[in-house]
Amino acid sequence: MPELVITVARFGFLILLWIFVFTVVGVIRRDLFAGARSGRLVAAPRGIGASTGQPGKPAKAKRGRAAHQLVVTAGQLAGTRITLGEAQITIGRAEDSTLVITDDYASARHARLLPRDGQWYVEDLGSTNGTYLDRAKVTGPTPVPLGVPIRIGRTSLELRP
Amino acid sequence: MTAAAVPAASPASTGEQSGVRLARSRRNAELSLLLLAMVLVAAYAAMVEAKALDTITPDFWIPAAALGLVFLGLHLVIRWLAPYADPALLPAVALLNGIGVGFLRRYDLAKATPAEREDLAVFAGTGGRQLAWTLLAVMLAAALLAILRDHRSLSRYAYTLGLAGIVLVMIPAVLPSRFSEINGAKLWIKFGSFFSIQPGEFAKLALLTFFAYYLVRKREVLSLASRRVLGIDFPRGRDLGPVLVVWLISLLVLIFEKDLGTSLLYFGMFVVTLYIATERVSWLLIGLILFFGGAYLAYLLGSTVGGPFANFYDRAQIWLDPFAEPYDRGYQLVQGLLTLGTGGLFGAGPGGGQPALLPEVQTDFIFAGIGEEIGLFGLSALLVIYLLIVERGLRAALAVRDSFGKLLAGGLAFTLGLQVFVIVGGISKLIPLTGQTTPFLSAGGSSLMANWLLIALLLRVSDGARRPVTGAGGPAARPAGGPPEQLHGAPTEVIRP
Repeated sequence: MPELVITVARFGFLILLWIFVFTVVGVIRRDLFAGARSGRLVAAPRGIGASTGQPGKPAKAKRGRAAHQLVVTAGQLAGTRITLGEAQITIGRAEDSTLVITDDYASARHARLLPRDGQWYVEDLGSTNGTYLDRAKVTGPTPVPLGVPIRIGRTSLELRP
Repeated sequence: MTAAAVPAASPASTGEQSGVRLARSRRNAELSLLLLAMVLVAAYAAMVEAKALDTITPDFWIPAAALGLVFLGLHLVIRWLAPYADPALLPAVALLNGIGVGFLRRYDLAKATPAEREDLAVFAGTGGRQLAWTLLAVMLAAALLAILRDHRSLSRYAYTLGLAGIVLVMIPAVLPSRFSEINGAKLWIKFGSFFSIQPGEFAKLALLTFFAYYLVRKREVLSLASRRVLGIDFPRGRDLGPVLVVWLISLLVLIFEKDLGTSLLYFGMFVVTLYIATERVSWLLIGLILFFGGAYLAYLLGSTVGGPFANFYDRAQIWLDPFAEPYDRGYQLVQGLLTLGTGGLFGAGPGGGQPALLPEVQTDFIFAGIGEEIGLFGLSALLVIYLLIVERGLRAALAVRDSFGKLLAGGLAFTLGLQVFVIVGGISKLIPLTGQTTPFLSAGGSSLMANWLLIALLLRVSDGARRPVTGAGGPAARPAGGPPEQLHGAPTEVIRP
């Protein structure tokens, strides 16, 4: 074998090796963007159908003013505010809840708030002591009007515009 | 009331929607990457023959084709059984494995007499054996994918696997040295003179499954009850129990099996799964302090008491100054360093090195042997490929929705990374050299099979993570009654008073 061919092949091999690496990185990169799109798309929770409107576009509020903040009005976390986005809010003692409440009467995964078409719904996740919307016990996904207290143990939460 | 307020859609239509938007299984990308990897493996084989034999034999492509076929088989199995699995894992691992087989074949050529070189059978020598092991290991990986349709079902056997893992770790330690010792480390079970298995490689997977399961159950206690010292949350004294037990086991491994690498691997594996489970930095600190304290203690005891610690003391001495006895105890490490140095930036070209001069080049020092021929430029490509495999594993851990899967994938990916660090750090004199195998490159059936099983688990978890969430009908159907799964994947914003 002529020396020149071998030298060319040697460097060609190394370059091809790096081309492989960068192709893999390219596949991963495209994959990351696909993953980012999928992150927004969660399955419809039990009891509520997904919005039948155009997916991807943020739904507009149908009536009244939309809620933009969740405020804790009573309990240990009184005064805490969470800005509402498009994601659901989970409430409970578990560390991975959106709102971690340290309330003796709260369960690890107590309740959650989820938006559908600009309206927020509260759903009890099988808690021990129950979730109350104003005075009524929450059994299924229930729409939450602005300013009406959601009670979980000693904690009270309200949606504010 | 609710039904009237919300326009209800059937779960089926939701699933269809997400199915259309997410039907990117990327299997074709995997196939083309796999073909590119096999072209690289064949090119490597051709260049080895061109340089070492001065001619390219007409059947140089046979090992590459055999590998390509079996990887293609695994690709088809993935298409069928895990269609949403990560597309980058299989090609990356296939390339490493192929280069490994190619290098071992090249090592056989270096040892063979000129007469034998011309017609080296496909399954002859170390390279041939490695090729056969690869075929077997890939088949095992496919079988695991077929048996294990959902990674969560693995948690049912967690305690059995944990026990099996501990037994596998213990066997070489209690066997007489005659049956378990090779090169001063008691890590093997020897059957006869040429066949031996390394049970620790499989124990790694079994123990990790157990750790993941145990920590999922205990994470709340371990992460919630804590004291705050210097801005870091430290766990309560009594919660330290399990980590101390594992630390003790890893020290016993260090003492009785005389292997720092395996010990570091088990302990690191546990500490990192603990860290992933609890998100407490204090566990990493505690782990590092315990490990370095233990290793230093073993070193001190080795220099004064000797006995079971003497081997570790020796290795640490070699590491501190390999050139003190370059022809005696430090010979292997010195030769390894010189080999890497000879390779330089671009290497001597495949087939251009002298791997026969390096002891244990087919196992521990394969990275140095390959480095001599492809240089720093090629070695860093291989390291980046390892990095990408680990990254894909961690990515699957981030994306998967259940806690057990998160811990399992995160732990598996980290273990693979740690093993590469331990051996590459060892041969490049960053840490004391220990007898770890380089995953997918080193000759050895146990290591190859265990690591392919690891990849099969990662593929399974990544399939679960990337599979579009369908309604109740899909294979990833959630158990009826329990809280919906996506809760655990919801973005978390912890708010403290």
